Amino acid sequence: MSPRNKTLRKILSPPIIKGFKPYGGEPVEQGRPLVYLLFEEYEALRLCDYDLCTQHQASQLMCVSRPTFTRIYASALQKIARAFVEGRQIVVEGGKVYFDSDWYRCGGCQCYFNNPGKEDIHACPLCGNQQVFSIEFSREIANGQMQQGENLCICPHCGHVMAHRVGLPCNQQICPECRNRMIRKGNQGCRK
Amino acid sequence: MNIAIASEGNTMDSCLGSSFGRSSWFVIYDCDTRDIEFLSNPNKHAEQNAGLASVQLLSSRNIKKIISGEFGLKIKPLLDSLKIQMIVVHMPEKKIKEILEMLNH
Ligand SMILES: [Zn+2]
Ligand SMILES: [Zn+2]
Repeated sequence: MSPRNKTLRKILSPPIIKGFKPYGGEPVEQGRPLVYLLFEEYEALRLCDYDLCTQHQASQLMCVSRPTFTRIYASALQKIARAFVEGRQIVVEGGKVYFDSDWYRCGGCQCYFNNPGKEDIHACPLCGNQQVFSIEFSREIANGQMQQGENLCICPHCGHVMAHRVGLPCNQQICPECRNRMIRKGNQGCRK
Repeated sequence: MNIAIASEGNTMDSCLGSSFGRSSWFVIYDCDTRDIEFLSNPNKHAEQNAGLASVQLLSSRNIKKIISGEFGLKIKPLLDSLKIQMIVVHMPEKKIKEILEMLNH
């Protein structure tokens, strides 16, 4: 078997908890080894069974191939099943992932900037203009203007929208503005 | 706090660097003292990973923000995890002195 591809997997938002503890079991169960659920496994589960994405959509959002996604997802289910059946504690951590920080656009100088410190953004870090738009927000405006835009790719970072090229998966399309991978427009979050 | 600006040259009239890793120079600007230093980029001709080497160079200089025309795909998650803010300016004709004026708004 070839070595597993350990490139970075994209995680849209970190889990809000550090893990789960079972209760009500025998004291002997407290000493059982922990089950470590990787961030990427948590994300796969969240996208598929909470956000109700298809596996295809979820693999695109995490920027991994479909077989890789299937393997991550299966591993998540097996770990959770083991924790339930054996009464083990689950710890969510680790894995090769990065968290996508939020991106903003300045209405003054038109620059783009991110927010790695997760601070409150009130003004442009470059020109000080207070007209600052979250990219999420400007993307929603773009969506409103172009409804039924089925055959469009959108950049999840800067909101740049372009025509989908038939035969080319959206995540192989690179954004001409900011060099990030594009996704199919309308797929973000995949909430039904 | 220090800010790094990718630059095509080593004068105040040089243009903003269009690509972070391949910029010829970095301007290191100290926001508190307003000192300016031009740092030659030893990695500009590197075959690969020029961006990663530049991040290493700059992260040793207490840089909290980087201004550039572009950042590579590999660089973004790295800078994110180092909590260095990226400011992407799509104005290749902007001169370093104009960027500094904007910063001193
Ligand atoms: Zn601005
Ligand atoms: Zn983009």
